[in-house]
Amino acid sequence: MGGGAGETGQPAPVRTLLVWCPDWPVIAAEIVDGVPASTPVAVLHANRVLACSTAARAEGVRRGLRKREAQSRCPQLIVVDHDPGRDARAFESVVAAIEEVAAGVEVIRPGVCALAARGPARYFGGEEQAAERIVEHVAQTCLVESQIGIADGLFAAGLAARTGQIVPPGDAPKFLADLPVEALGRPPLTDLLRRLGLRTLADFAALPAGDVLARFGFDAALAHQLAAGRDHRRLAVRRPPPDLAVTETYDEPLDRVDAAAFAARALAERLHETLSGHALACTRLGIEAVTEHGQELHRVWRHDGLLSSAAIADRVRWQLDGWLSGTNRRPGAGGRVAPSRPTSGIIRLRLIPDGLLAQAGLQPGLWGETGAERDRAHRALSRVQGILGPESVLTAVLGGGRSDADRARLVPWGDERTPGRPAEPPWPGRLPPPAPAVVLAAPLPAAVYDDAGEPVTVTARLQVSAAPARLVVGTAAPVEIVGWAGPWPLDERWWAPAESRRRARFQVRLADGGALLLSLAGGQWAVEAVYD
Amino acid sequence: MAGRMTVGSAALADLVRPASAPDAAGAYRTLPVLPELIGLLPNRGLRRGSTVAVGTGQPARSGGTSLLLALLAEASRAGSWCAVVGVPTLGMVAAAELGIALDRLALVPHPGPEWATVVAALIDGVDVVVIAVPGTVSATVTDRLAARARQRGSVLLPYGQWAGADVTLQVVAGAWEGLGQGRGRLRRREVTVSARGRGAAARPKEVKVWMPGDDATRVVKPVGGTRTAGSSAAWPEPVSRRTPLTLVGP
Repeated sequence: MGGGAGETGQPAPVRTLLVWCPDWPVIAAEIVDGVPASTPVAVLHANRVLACSTAARAEGVRRGLRKREAQSRCPQLIVVDHDPGRDARAFESVVAAIEEVAAGVEVIRPGVCALAARGPARYFGGEEQAAERIVEHVAQTCLVESQIGIADGLFAAGLAARTGQIVPPGDAPKFLADLPVEALGRPPLTDLLRRLGLRTLADFAALPAGDVLARFGFDAALAHQLAAGRDHRRLAVRRPPPDLAVTETYDEPLDRVDAAAFAARALAERLHETLSGHALACTRLGIEAVTEHGQELHRVWRHDGLLSSAAIADRVRWQLDGWLSGTNRRPGAGGRVAPSRPTSGIIRLRLIPDGLLAQAGLQPGLWGETGAERDRAHRALSRVQGILGPESVLTAVLGGGRSDADRARLVPWGDERTPGRPAEPPWPGRLPPPAPAVVLAAPLPAAVYDDAGEPVTVTARLQVSAAPARLVVGTAAPVEIVGWAGPWPLDERWWAPAESRRRARFQVRLADGGALLLSLAGGQWAVEAVYD
Repeated sequence: MAGRMTVGSAALADLVRPASAPDAAGAYRTLPVLPELIGLLPNRGLRRGSTVAVGTGQPARSGGTSLLLALLAEASRAGSWCAVVGVPTLGMVAAAELGIALDRLALVPHPGPEWATVVAALIDGVDVVVIAVPGTVSATVTDRLAARARQRGSVLLPYGQWAGADVTLQVVAGAWEGLGQGRGRLRRREVTVSARGRGAAARPKEVKVWMPGDDATRVVKPVGGTRTAGSSAAWPEPVSRRTPLTLVGP
């Protein structure tokens, strides 16, 4: 390796092992969105093909094609939008798999990561064996194909990975020499070099370094070094994210709730220490309990503050209380599948912090928000959530909208109170106060008749056929209408056919003293709300 | 030493008061209610630990839910926490218009068969618990919940039939105003509320209130005066000053 250190006196390029997953955006789309990568698939960004599957390439789809052109070459092409987040997310499992067999991985971009070859090569008894082992492990754990290139320096390793080569130490300049200048991945520069008659990296590397810097600038000078096989950049090894979840396994199964809560307290203290060691606070906490027979109960608790260890122990107790005594999760509560009562004691408890933020960023309220009363109420409501499920305790947020049902949005207790629609723009067509005290979840079908016994209708020009005189709701006896007003038209979201609602609303006063809000949509009368 | 003790007792002056001294408006013992409803309740408010039932209006849709919200409004505005169990149709906009703080109002629309456990858990931490009674309730359950509320200092507000309440408020009659034949809109309603109970509230009372009024409920002029509800086309003059309550019933 001493040969590379030569003239410039810089350290020799690091022997680098580079793992490359071909067509990563396509593979990521398969992993995350289930788009089959064996069919012709193209990932597009800004109307240009960014990556395509092997099947698509066989049909003539190439990188950089326009969408229409790609589709004309391959009509059955599945087009997926480019999503860098999706690529990165899917690649995380691959990196984790590589980290299981080798240490010190640098993620260069989703689909490509590199590590120093020396460690794995010595451990597995040779570079070839190390490469085989890594490819095999990635294929087994993530079902992802990958190729490996090993060479001196990242740049040469990246090019070697395209063909799956292992370039012997010191041979990097020779390996690079015959490659075309396009391998530099700098289209404006390569275009210029081609016009200057420089076709291979060796031609480019032969230019005097000072002249390249003076004529083409810093980036080209860097490319010149790469072309000559002098790649001195060190790997920026990523630090694996710390595992903050705490787990405890119990040899003797916990079959009583208080015993489990006691155990949870110790676990909660450990979680607390871990979190404060990283200066973090969690706003959601997942509690997972596993019984001896393998049944699992997992629930996420939200909390807009720092959960103390006592509060965590409380939540564990509530969660297990409902589970062990079999009272929670009646069918239909929260729409989730209710686990049956556990048949054995709990052998494992796990606390998973979620929604992490820096502890300094946590800003509790100053006035009114805090206090003993609030804590008491929160405890009681969390307790009810423990009995009935988190979605059964609700709180209302008022937002914009034209009907009362639209304006009030119900969110589970503890969730962020964000209105469904912004209250800011004016909402013409909203009825003035007083608002009805009873808002029916589903409008009640009704019929309205005039004095002659004919159904009352409204024309497109909002002409009422006759004064409403009698109201029939369901099978009840007709009630006389003594006062009415309307129609007040409401034509909402006409631009979205699935959500558009067009109706006319009436207020009616009944002979028995009640008052209702009626609506007429498509010839069907309905009771929307009751002024109870 | 004596000086230090004086300082110590001065620090406690806010918290400790002699048993003989009158509780300033019963601030700790009683949650406030709208001025119009004060006369109906024996302690001029919702006494902590008591059970105040709201009967569903005898004529249907006559204002029981509005009365329920009106009872909560002043306490919620003063900072109390409220919970409503078993009323999935409660109008949140109406609640907000009456002045109820929605971020301190929790809803449990479907408590299911375990409703008594849920209410007991809520009594532990929430100042006012409204419970829509599912059908008939056994006396054991009502006694247990009332005892728990008494012990914890919460107000239990059953909505519907409830045996053993300290006071039962009931809407006897309601008449809307403002809606003509094809014109106008619902503006306000004159509601007659009766109260009967036991102990201090044994004498039945009845008041007429406007619900909702201009910005809250307003007391209607005493019946038997010159004006009868609904007969005059003119609006009753906006009563901005709070006229003293008048008992209408026997």
